[in-house]
Amino acid sequence: MTEWLERHIPKMVLAPSFAAVLVFVYGFIAWTAWVSLTRSRLLPKYEIDGLIQYERLFNAPRWDTAMSNLFVFGTLFILISMVLGLMLAILLDQKIRTEGVLRTIYLYPMALSLIVTGTAWKWIMNPGLGLEAMVRGWGFESFTFDWVINPDKAIYAVVIAGVWQASGFVMALFLAGLRGVDGEIIKAAQVDGIPAWRIYTAIIIPSMAPIFLSAFIVLAHLAIKSFDLVIALTGGGPGYATDLPATYMYTMAFSRGDIGQAASSAMVMMGVVFAIIVPYLYSELRAKHD
Amino acid sequence: MKYTAFAAVSAVALACAAPAVAGPEAEVLHWWTSGGEAKSAAVLQQEFADNGGTWTDMPVAGGGGDAAMTALRARVLSGNAPTAVQLKGPAIQEWYEEGVLADISSVAEAEGWGDVLPGSIAEHMKCEGKWCAAPVNVHRVDWIWANAALLEANGIEMPQTWEDFNAAADKLMAAGITPLAHGGQAWQDATVFEAVALGFLGPEDFRKAFVELDMDTLKSEKMTAVFDQMRKMRGYVDANFPGRDWNLATSMVMNGEAAFQIMGDWAKGEFLAAGKEPGKDFLCASVPGDGFLYNVDSFAMFEVDGEDKQAGQDLLAKLIVGPKFQEVFNLNKGSIPARVDVKLDAFDTCAHLSAKDMGESADNGSLLPSYAHGMALRGAQAGAITDVVTAHFNSEMSSAEAVQMLADAVANSL
Repeated sequence: MTEWLERHIPKMVLAPSFAAVLVFVYGFIAWTAWVSLTRSRLLPKYEIDGLIQYERLFNAPRWDTAMSNLFVFGTLFILISMVLGLMLAILLDQKIRTEGVLRTIYLYPMALSLIVTGTAWKWIMNPGLGLEAMVRGWGFESFTFDWVINPDKAIYAVVIAGVWQASGFVMALFLAGLRGVDGEIIKAAQVDGIPAWRIYTAIIIPSMAPIFLSAFIVLAHLAIKSFDLVIALTGGGPGYATDLPATYMYTMAFSRGDIGQAASSAMVMMGVVFAIIVPYLYSELRAKHD
Repeated sequence: MKYTAFAAVSAVALACAAPAVAGPEAEVLHWWTSGGEAKSAAVLQQEFADNGGTWTDMPVAGGGGDAAMTALRARVLSGNAPTAVQLKGPAIQEWYEEGVLADISSVAEAEGWGDVLPGSIAEHMKCEGKWCAAPVNVHRVDWIWANAALLEANGIEMPQTWEDFNAAADKLMAAGITPLAHGGQAWQDATVFEAVALGFLGPEDFRKAFVELDMDTLKSEKMTAVFDQMRKMRGYVDANFPGRDWNLATSMVMNGEAAFQIMGDWAKGEFLAAGKEPGKDFLCASVPGDGFLYNVDSFAMFEVDGEDKQAGQDLLAKLIVGPKFQEVFNLNKGSIPARVDVKLDAFDTCAHLSAKDMGESADNGSLLPSYAHGMALRGAQAGAITDVVTAHFNSEMSSAEAVQMLADAVANSL
């Protein structure tokens, strides 16, 4: 009896959450996929009507803008956050005295909600209130920093706020990675008279490959689901210049009563996530097999 | 002793258990939660209670009604719709097609709504010929507001034509004053756009373009002219406009930082709240061109079970369109009554102008629904047009491109 319990208790304990995930995640994904094939407007309908919603989606210029914004934002956000995070981590790793304090300071933005970040940066970058007005007030009349209200540059303003928020977190990840590198190897390299930059590029950074992968995965999913940052910072504007797939989907589902369209955009977003996650899972699983 | 205690307890229990006095009941879903709007909703609540009804308030704030619509969807899907819901325009018919609206024709006919409501507004309240909603007010959208002192100082009259407006704006630009206070949010871009469109297309083509979605009109030369004027309007706006809320734009006019604003008559509430007087501190006029764009708030009545609830629905409908409520509510809200037989003595001069124009335009067929405020089209189509308008306004797109994009977007949204 006890043996039977021992064998089955883990399954019994996991069963409710398994069932909940099955229904509330995979069940609703299937429901969304179904609805995306219908002509649902205000309320969901269930008669399948082919790929009409996907045709509409790919014909909508606003969706093009949203996807290219996701690409620009995602690439820059991930790249800059990683580079900045790595630099900060390396600089903090020089056995400096106030490391604890500095680490906390850099990590703190992560503790803020994206709404706060977005609102604060909206004011900082507003030409009439923030940076531009301040520098002009100092006498540099020609100074211009109007990215947040310029339709061609607004998405880069979102990148700035996003990077500010995330790079401290990436720094903490890398710092942990740096600390995990075997000190003996570094000492041996130093004995051999190898310059510090060479130690980093040839020994330390390559040995942190798994950390890079985790940082990438975390940042990539932050980028894809970033919704609140855009809502708070630009509201998707000027016009719809900073629309992202998530804000597009929200608009269709909740302001325009176009549920079919929203469902199809959600399915495409899921496709994008899969395109990133599946190769990662594949490489992970293969590594275990080897 | 024991028995008396028992008796007392059971008496109390009985009193509690006895059903609350049966009477009309209504659960009302709305999003009038801020300042003057909340006060207006309280008026209705009070009057409902005075007539022996039990009102269950269900305010859902946020997103200009988006949050309330999400709540409504959940309630309807679970088969438990509220008695009355703040809905407007084609959304009423859209919900009717889902088969969830009630027929209130008996009240409407007993109260003679057909005689007191302007024809085109009454049409919005009917679903396949049966009354299914009750109108609360008429907001006029195509207003132009101006700072009286600024106009006088620069020798400018209220513009009668768009050439006048452009000339006045150029003059103000030369004097270093922002001509147009505007907030760069999609719905505000759309509000200016439809005011310009009404002027350049005229009532007939406005109806064809934004009610009937006639492709030839959408692609016409006149539509190109509308976008040309929008490009000019873009030049009359200050650099900091993106994302600005409409009431901040209104206070720019109030404080003399800008001369004009094109906005519905809810802007009047801002002026009045700041203690400004119409005709003296600020001026109101319809935008150049014929016609009247209305935005009518209304309550749609949902199918409910139980006599109490149905009685509540009928009472609510009767009160909403009743002259007393129409007067008090609209004094609070800044709009004008939907019924034409309400005395306007207590209203200000802007409201008088609005009521007069509404009567005239109802007679000559130029009383038109506002597309920017969801009166003319369903969400998907109106949204598609707004996307193009705001994309054009916020970029260097040419008018010809915008017209082409408009036609494509409308076709794609159907």
